[in-house]
Amino acid sequence: MSDQNKARIGVFICHCGTNIAKMVDIERLKKYATLLPNVVAAYDYKFMCSDPGQNLITESIKKDKLDRVVVAACSPMMHEKTFQKAIQRAGLNKYMLQIANIREHASWVHDDIRYATKKAQALLAGAVKRARLHEELKDRKEHVHPATLIIGGGIAGIQAALDIANSGNKVFLVERGPAIGGHMAEFDKTFPTLDCSACILTPKMVDVGRHENITLITNSQVESVDGFVGNYDVRIKMYPRYVDIGKCINCGECWSKCPSWRVKKPSGNKKIIHDSITLGPPTSIYIPTMQPVPPAPIIDTKSCLHFQSGKCGICANICPTQAIDYSKEEEDIDIRVGNIIVTTGYKSFDPAKMPQYGYGRYPNVLSAIEFERMNCASGSTGGEILMENGDKPKTIGFVHCVGSRDENFNEYCSRVCCMYALKYAHLAKEKTGATVYDFYIDMRCFGKGYEEFYNRMLREEVRFIRGKVASVSDYAVSKEEEGKLVVTVEDTLIGRVRRVPLDMLVLCTAIEAAQGAEAVSKLIKLCQGKEGFFQEKHPKLAPVSTAADGIFIAGCCQGPKDIPDTVAQASAAAAQVLSSIAQGYVMIEGIGAEINEELCTGCKICNNLCPYGAIEYLEDKKVSKVNEVLCKACGVCVSACPSGAIKAKHFTDEQIFSEIEGVLHE
Amino acid sequence: MEYTYYPGCSVGSTAVAYQEATTAVANTLGIVLDELNDWNCCGATAYVSIKELTSFAISARNLAMAERLKRDLVTPCSGCYVVLQKAHTYMEEYGDVRSKVNEVLSEVDLNYGGSINVRHLLEVFIDDIGFERLKTFVKKPLTGLKVACYSGCQISRPLGKFDNKEIPEKLEKFVEALGATPVNFPMKASCCSGQVMGTERDVGLRLVMNILECAHQCGAECLVCACPLCQLNLDSFQTPARKKHKKNFELPILYFTQLLGLALDIKPKKLGFGREIVSARKILEKLR
Repeated sequence: MSDQNKARIGVFICHCGTNIAKMVDIERLKKYATLLPNVVAAYDYKFMCSDPGQNLITESIKKDKLDRVVVAACSPMMHEKTFQKAIQRAGLNKYMLQIANIREHASWVHDDIRYATKKAQALLAGAVKRARLHEELKDRKEHVHPATLIIGGGIAGIQAALDIANSGNKVFLVERGPAIGGHMAEFDKTFPTLDCSACILTPKMVDVGRHENITLITNSQVESVDGFVGNYDVRIKMYPRYVDIGKCINCGECWSKCPSWRVKKPSGNKKIIHDSITLGPPTSIYIPTMQPVPPAPIIDTKSCLHFQSGKCGICANICPTQAIDYSKEEEDIDIRVGNIIVTTGYKSFDPAKMPQYGYGRYPNVLSAIEFERMNCASGSTGGEILMENGDKPKTIGFVHCVGSRDENFNEYCSRVCCMYALKYAHLAKEKTGATVYDFYIDMRCFGKGYEEFYNRMLREEVRFIRGKVASVSDYAVSKEEEGKLVVTVEDTLIGRVRRVPLDMLVLCTAIEAAQGAEAVSKLIKLCQGKEGFFQEKHPKLAPVSTAADGIFIAGCCQGPKDIPDTVAQASAAAAQVLSSIAQGYVMIEGIGAEINEELCTGCKICNNLCPYGAIEYLEDKKVSKVNEVLCKACGVCVSACPSGAIKAKHFTDEQIFSEIEGVLHE
Repeated sequence: MEYTYYPGCSVGSTAVAYQEATTAVANTLGIVLDELNDWNCCGATAYVSIKELTSFAISARNLAMAERLKRDLVTPCSGCYVVLQKAHTYMEEYGDVRSKVNEVLSEVDLNYGGSINVRHLLEVFIDDIGFERLKTFVKKPLTGLKVACYSGCQISRPLGKFDNKEIPEKLEKFVEALGATPVNFPMKASCCSGQVMGTERDVGLRLVMNILECAHQCGAECLVCACPLCQLNLDSFQTPARKKHKKNFELPILYFTQLLGLALDIKPKKLGFGREIVSARKILEKLR
């Protein structure tokens, strides 16, 4: 630092069109800059991030013999990398750059040009004073392991797995449930084309099951993730299925003979017809869907007679391939991967949280997924829409936004409910000829072919009532209401409160963050937004990346979305992974913490504080050491070290204090 | 159990029976309801919609005086409850409301810091005593009595915290604990018309009739409520509503403390029976 007084700094002030120039006096700021110590040149330009702007910087570095550069422009989040590359082209180390953010921190947040200019001056002075102390740092190259881990075997995980596997790279697809397919495997038809969900999903599921590059690990959960981008060490816990997938031929002997076959006990008012809709295993050894991948059943130990009393053993005895083994135990699988894609999906809002809609009290009030299962040919009613008493309903209502766009539950729009409600309306009309009502707040038909589908439903004479349903009851005030569910709703288009008698009511429930999203976020250090969905790196420009390098998100775990968007995101995440595999290496920034071994007392305080597990204790030297690849330069260890032995490179105490001095100088 | 008691203006005028029953059951159960000295109007629901800040200041004077006593402020009236609760919540959430109201209060050396809770009398009986303990006090279970439990709207909405906002159910459990049978009563949280009865009588009578008819259809022998204004509307306007809508049934409207008193075997006279307009004699006879 002896040469800090000899530092030659160039200042480059950006107008950002009028974004900065209209609220900061550029001429005044430039003049001020030239008066600062060590500043040998100051320039301004309309768009510094443009090609001519960058050339201005590179040429000035050569012409004015600059060794440090300060750019007064927008947030470093925006263009720090751009300007780092520019000064690198002119032969400077990229860490010789400092940004003074005079847009977000000055011009955009003030309405008096005098004060905004003054603040810009202070920020610039701080940046210049800090830049004098910048040191050259080196980025490092790390090898990327070509295998990929995908967590969650829904349509997003399936799509991403196939995209990556087809390029010849290995994929480990981990699924919590006994089979892949996720929510999409539960659906009957898909909107707006009304093609059958199973028909378009099953071929993909089969491809996954047979792909030579995909290792399918079902009934399993990721236990731990260590390491860093390019080199993640993952431990997966595989729970016993008690059926050997390799031996099983999925003949169905076992589950058709399982003695613990049962109809689910009525819960609340629900009776036979609607009980059998309830999702869940009908026998103790069961197949999760009609065409499961992997094609093998699983044993539900909670209801299995063998596991409960040790008395039964029928399935093991009759299995023609001796695939059933009750003695199987949990297994740990250790793998190494370069990248991870998280596709953990969503859970449906529990409509019982809104007691005014009568879910659980009135048997003919159904949740969306129950109605979906009822429509499914493989469902208990063989695809027929039936009321609890077995009759066909003559009037059916669909309530939109149950749990969405509601401050009491979720403020956001779940995006798919309008469309699946329209799909239901069509199915209801087609199968029962019933009069159909849709109770909506706003129709949101945003996708390709969606508005057209809405228009088609209007033509099919679905009755749309704009208003949020207030309550559902069985209290009749007129003859036509007797024995019906009565929906009370304010029809906001005619300005009246209406009572609509119905035979059946379906609640179109919201999409919420998946159960266990929090556990996943802790496991792989993902950020969750306030609704619980995983946070992307940038909402527009990096929608499948996360704050952690090498970890990507796709599908509903990032936010509510429909199947086309989910598949698009999954392919996007796969493309990101493939580009990192193709490159073969990643650059690790030179910024980070560094422990001075001479000063370290080996107290280990930093070891446990590090949120990235980047600090290890060297038993032989009795000091702690930072793993540079894992370190994210958060600075926690630096501030906690009692002996001041840890330095944050590029964020040293001297650098930060001199920036503060510069800002406060006036 | 000691509370600062904010009776509100109704219990001294239209709802004397409510106060009599409340005093009687509180004495029996050992609940101390210590009346707030020099209390004033709660600000009333009608005034809030005209001059919000002024009505908050009126409310906050009561809150500030109660805060000095460091006990929860309990009111038997749902109207008072919602207004006091609103003043309390707004002062807690909005700094400018807090500073403006406290500026006015400082003129009379008062200040409200928001350290007490505003609570409804029903909440005290249900949450603080609890159903299990309540059952141990019951001497004369009200077996066979079919009751429509009318929570009304203001206990739970918009600021109530002790019951489900849309389908309140605690009053039903309370009635069950007394041995009576709550009927399925879908209109238990519908509006009794409030002060609208004074200005738009036809609307008021219709709303009253909706509730009464629903309770009657559902097989209730009486309706129990927790608010003087609900009781006033449903009781004293029952006859005009019945005449207007050409119905001929009678439904006695009781306060929940009156019903509790009967289960505690307190003499009906002490519980204010006889003051109601639609006679409750049939109920008393049935329970004798």
